[in-house]
Amino acid sequence: MSSRTSPARDYLFFAIFAVAVLTMPIWLAPVGAGYPDLLQKFAIYGLFATGFNILFGLTGYLSFGHAAFLGVGSYTAVWSFKLLGMNPVPAAILAIVASGIFALAIGYVSLRRSGIYFSILTLAFAQMSYNLAYSVLTPITNGETGLRVLRSDPRLFDGNGSADGPLIANIFGYEMTGWGGFYFCAIVLLIGFFIAQRIFRSPFGIMLRAVKTNQNRMTYTGLNPRPYTLAAFVISGMYAGLAGALLCITDPLAGAERMQWTASGEVVLMTILGGAGTLLGPIFGAALIKYFENIFSAFNEQTLHEIFSFLPDFLEGPVVAVSSLFVGEGWHLTLGALFMLIVIFLPGGIMEGVARIGRLFKRVSTKAEPNRSTAPAE
Amino acid sequence: MDVIILQLLNGLDKGGAYALIALGLTLIFGTLGVVNFAHGALFMLGAFCAVSFNKILSLELITTDPDKTTAWGTPLEIRTPYVEAYLGDFGHWVLNYSVPVSILLAIPVMLLVGFVMERGLIKHFYNRPHADQILVTFGLAIVLQEIIKSIFGANPIPQTAPETVRGAADIGAALGFDPGVIVYPYWRMVYLGFSALVIAAVFAFLQFTTFGMVVRAGMADRHTVGLLGINIERRFTIVFAIAAVVAGLAGVMYTPILPPDYHMGMDFLVLSFVVVVVGGMGSLPGAVAAGFLLGILQSFASMNEIKAILPGIDQIIIYLVAVVILLVRPRGLLGRKGVMEN
Repeated sequence: MSSRTSPARDYLFFAIFAVAVLTMPIWLAPVGAGYPDLLQKFAIYGLFATGFNILFGLTGYLSFGHAAFLGVGSYTAVWSFKLLGMNPVPAAILAIVASGIFALAIGYVSLRRSGIYFSILTLAFAQMSYNLAYSVLTPITNGETGLRVLRSDPRLFDGNGSADGPLIANIFGYEMTGWGGFYFCAIVLLIGFFIAQRIFRSPFGIMLRAVKTNQNRMTYTGLNPRPYTLAAFVISGMYAGLAGALLCITDPLAGAERMQWTASGEVVLMTILGGAGTLLGPIFGAALIKYFENIFSAFNEQTLHEIFSFLPDFLEGPVVAVSSLFVGEGWHLTLGALFMLIVIFLPGGIMEGVARIGRLFKRVSTKAEPNRSTAPAE
Repeated sequence: MDVIILQLLNGLDKGGAYALIALGLTLIFGTLGVVNFAHGALFMLGAFCAVSFNKILSLELITTDPDKTTAWGTPLEIRTPYVEAYLGDFGHWVLNYSVPVSILLAIPVMLLVGFVMERGLIKHFYNRPHADQILVTFGLAIVLQEIIKSIFGANPIPQTAPETVRGAADIGAALGFDPGVIVYPYWRMVYLGFSALVIAAVFAFLQFTTFGMVVRAGMADRHTVGLLGINIERRFTIVFAIAAVVAGLAGVMYTPILPPDYHMGMDFLVLSFVVVVVGGMGSLPGAVAAGFLLGILQSFASMNEIKAILPGIDQIIIYLVAVVILLVRPRGLLGRKGVMEN
């Protein structure tokens, strides 16, 4: 793939991607995903997974604690709303800065080890942050209830007397809920994607790939891998922080459960499902998981009966009974099973699957062509 | 002094659970070289063996007594569990001792689960990267716990200890302190003894049997043992099953202490991994020592006196210790040289 990249191709690719993202409300409407709340989630988690992919996909370091940065970003954003006013731009910037500093501290310590030790160190740090957010840091995080913007907060720049309506983030009067929120998130996602694309193509990105391929050899060449991996860690932490801020921009509430390690597991899942190390994969994975989460958890036995009504009665009962395990409350079962299947059969994720199918077609056509050209000779 | 003894005791039973899970994790890691994120789920499965055993036993035979009526005028219902109705006193005894007796159910069930898991899934991941192993077992853990959730529901199901060990012992009085200062539930004592027994059994098995000798040799150098004409894979399958049984038994006996619910495995898993890492990857004595050590540390950190100085320390102490150990002693407390060093 990399041999066929050129700046022009990249810009074309980005333009197509941008059009696709911005027209999501239109072309996703037929599959029942054309409403803003879900599309916001697509964009936000797509951004989160894109950032995670810069670390995991390029350097191969599997972090199990990325949700901590998401949480830090969320809390920072809400504090920015509380102190500075409901403008999303400073909230996002502050969230990036705060999560970047946090990631720098954690990354500096964790990156001393690699492999499973790195996973466990990040996991330990994330669990520490989660536990502290729940207990001792309650003055900052508001513990179990979650941090909210209150009417009595100072909100320096938009004054606290003026707002009568609901407290919603807005930029120049555009409220960040519904479609406004989606387009804000989509534009942020596009910026994030563009930066990720640049990183993938840059010498820095090649260094990160070198870290994944062979650290020893990299050291022998006289390069120190540590600064590169640390930079990747901080960048992906910043992406996570930004995603956390976006979660709060569309819905100004931050809770500690966002930092739990299952949340870290989810982003790993998204990245793997889509295809680690590819640009589009993590975004696909995030959208797919959020889509299924939304659609599957809304199913109940009634809808299942409608879906399988074409089956004869004696089959319909058992089929509904079995499939009802996988939907509604049990949608996590689907997620776990899907995850296992992907890791077992398609470690490269969806993107590898697409590439395999593509290769299949190509092989068919290349096989066909020589045949045609040799045919006259005989 | 009395406070210290009390916290020491409190830490020991939790440490016992950590040690048992970490022992199984280390066995699997040391032999198969697989990082098993589904080990917490095995602990949970064990706990639910006890739950389902108890559920089966307490299926009730409902008869009505025509002579007596309830306050509402309907005939009084007499509920007797089938086992009591058919087996009399013995049935009553079994019901009372349902938690320890369910070990008899848990051992074959966990052996089977471990065997199927290893042959069906883990086997194919020997040569895949550690990241893949972590991910696939993580997925398996989600699947297992969701299956349990759909069968038993999301709420914790409390189990009772047998009547004779239901109370608490006044250990302080026996040691010469004022009575009532150091009170320790009998069941936790039983758990401590039980975990010591299981640990001793595993070590004895590895140390004094030919099978154990081969397994130890395989842990040291799997390739050479294979070259000597020993079918090491089959032995390792059995080791995996044993590790599953150890985790399952830890779960069975833990049910009276902590009512089992479907995500208890995940909670223990994270901690047990920390325990394994602190003890040293691939070191069995290290896993046991670190399990008890961290259990005790955790209970000391939750003392009010310590929390007053360092608020919130009880929440993070284990992770903090893990971070410090990993950075200062990369191999863990008793880790062997050359095992997962990078």
